[in-house]
Amino acid sequence: MSEFVFLYRNELTGAPPASPEQMQQTMQKWMAWMKEMGEKGQLKNAGHPLDRTGKVVKGKQKTVIDGPFTESKDIVGGYSLVEAKDIAQAVEISLGCPIFESGGMVEVRPVMKM
Amino acid sequence: MQLDEHLFRREAGRMVATLTRIFGVQNLALAEDVVQDAFCRALEVWKYRGAPENPSAWLMATAKNRALDILRRERTALTFAPELTRWLESEWTLRPTVDEFFAPNAIKDDQLRMMFSCCHPRLPEEAQVALVLHILCGFSVDEIAGAFVSNHAAIEKRITRSKKILAGSKRLFEIADAADFAARLPAVHRALYLLFNEGYHGASAESAVRVELCQEAMRLAALLFDHPLAAIPATYALSAMMCLHAARSPARLDASGNLSALADQDRSRWDAKLIAEGQRLLDLSASGAELTEYHVEAAIAAVHACAARVEETDWKHIASLYDTLMRLRPSPVVALNRAIAIAQLEGPQRGLEEIRAIANLERLSSYPFYFAALGELELRSGHRETARKHFRAAMKQARNSMERKFLEQRTDACEVPS
Repeated sequence: MSEFVFLYRNELTGAPPASPEQMQQTMQKWMAWMKEMGEKGQLKNAGHPLDRTGKVVKGKQKTVIDGPFTESKDIVGGYSLVEAKDIAQAVEISLGCPIFESGGMVEVRPVMKM
Repeated sequence: MQLDEHLFRREAGRMVATLTRIFGVQNLALAEDVVQDAFCRALEVWKYRGAPENPSAWLMATAKNRALDILRRERTALTFAPELTRWLESEWTLRPTVDEFFAPNAIKDDQLRMMFSCCHPRLPEEAQVALVLHILCGFSVDEIAGAFVSNHAAIEKRITRSKKILAGSKRLFEIADAADFAARLPAVHRALYLLFNEGYHGASAESAVRVELCQEAMRLAALLFDHPLAAIPATYALSAMMCLHAARSPARLDASGNLSALADQDRSRWDAKLIAEGQRLLDLSASGAELTEYHVEAAIAAVHACAARVEETDWKHIASLYDTLMRLRPSPVVALNRAIAIAQLEGPQRGLEEIRAIANLERLSSYPFYFAALGELELRSGHRETARKHFRAAMKQARNSMERKFLEQRTDACEVPS
């Protein structure tokens, strides 16, 4: 088995905020999906959400820039650690992610073996 | 951890009510932002960790912490609830004061305060109902537009304008003043009555949406009993009416999902628990001298609920209750229902006479069940052709596919059986 990191990416859109009912529905879909991965033994670690603020430090000058990260169209909203046979299976697992319904994406990255 | 259905919606109303109490009504929008933030946090964290043991408490605690941040940070820039200013200004009293407002009983009072504030006399009734749904029930503009079969822009305009009036009213309604309370209570009753009716008789084709509206009206009405000033006969009568009507809703759709007329409903599917609760509340309402339209409507629903079969219905009692209702709150729809009861009692011809005698009959010209009643009574009189014409007219006024289908079936019933 190999390990993969799922990076959940969302675009920062100016869409009107979801209603409480819609938010609850979205969340329940996520909870169900995480639970399913857990029950199938695919979820090594559920991971964490990441705050939408932060700093970017870059360049030789070590310039510190405030988030949100206006240069990139989408930002990482969280990550999970998933176990799968190979990249094909990891991708297949990612297909169940509710993020696609809101126009987000999942970046599936193999963890390099040392 | 399985979440309660509509948990976020219900908590949204409770949190906005409490936060507005602390921030002051002029900062309603700020309270709404804090609630939205709390949901965003829950969405992010619960996704990964699952829901906490007590999701309501988690949301409340999150909102409270965010409120404390804002109260500290914006102390100089914003004015909060004026009567609380001196408690919110000092670090010594800030936390205990906020804790006090987030205690369960205080949250109940805050919801009442908000409910009474939404029924502001400067707002038209339909705006009051929309505001109650939006602020206290957590419905979005789109969800309200869906429930009222209206368009987004119209509802948004109505809510924005109403919020402006509410935010400009300087302070929330003071529920401790007995005289003010008693004066505003009828408007609150009326708004909850309209909310329930929109669910029960409304135009939305989605029965799930309509059931939700009825449930919200019943939940808010139940909040009223817990307050000594609101626990009056009219409140009990209103809730009794809601229970007795809601008891019938499981039977309003037949096995194939089609609308079923009261006479044709499978009465074994009526909710016996709700009928018993409605009866209990109706008994509680029978004190004092005041007879409201809610008493009479509840009594009519109770007579129907008592009849195990439609043939056992006490139509004489129902007709006399409609006479009373016509005196208390006359309207063409009430007159139509009265005529239908008289038709049951004295025959279809008498019913048709009564319908023709209704004052302001033209106000029923877009009401599908006016034509349907004419069709029904003509059909019972053996006038199939006339009946068919009426059902066709009814179909033109049908507000959704369920009504259309129901009326189509009634039109088919006018065919001579071969």
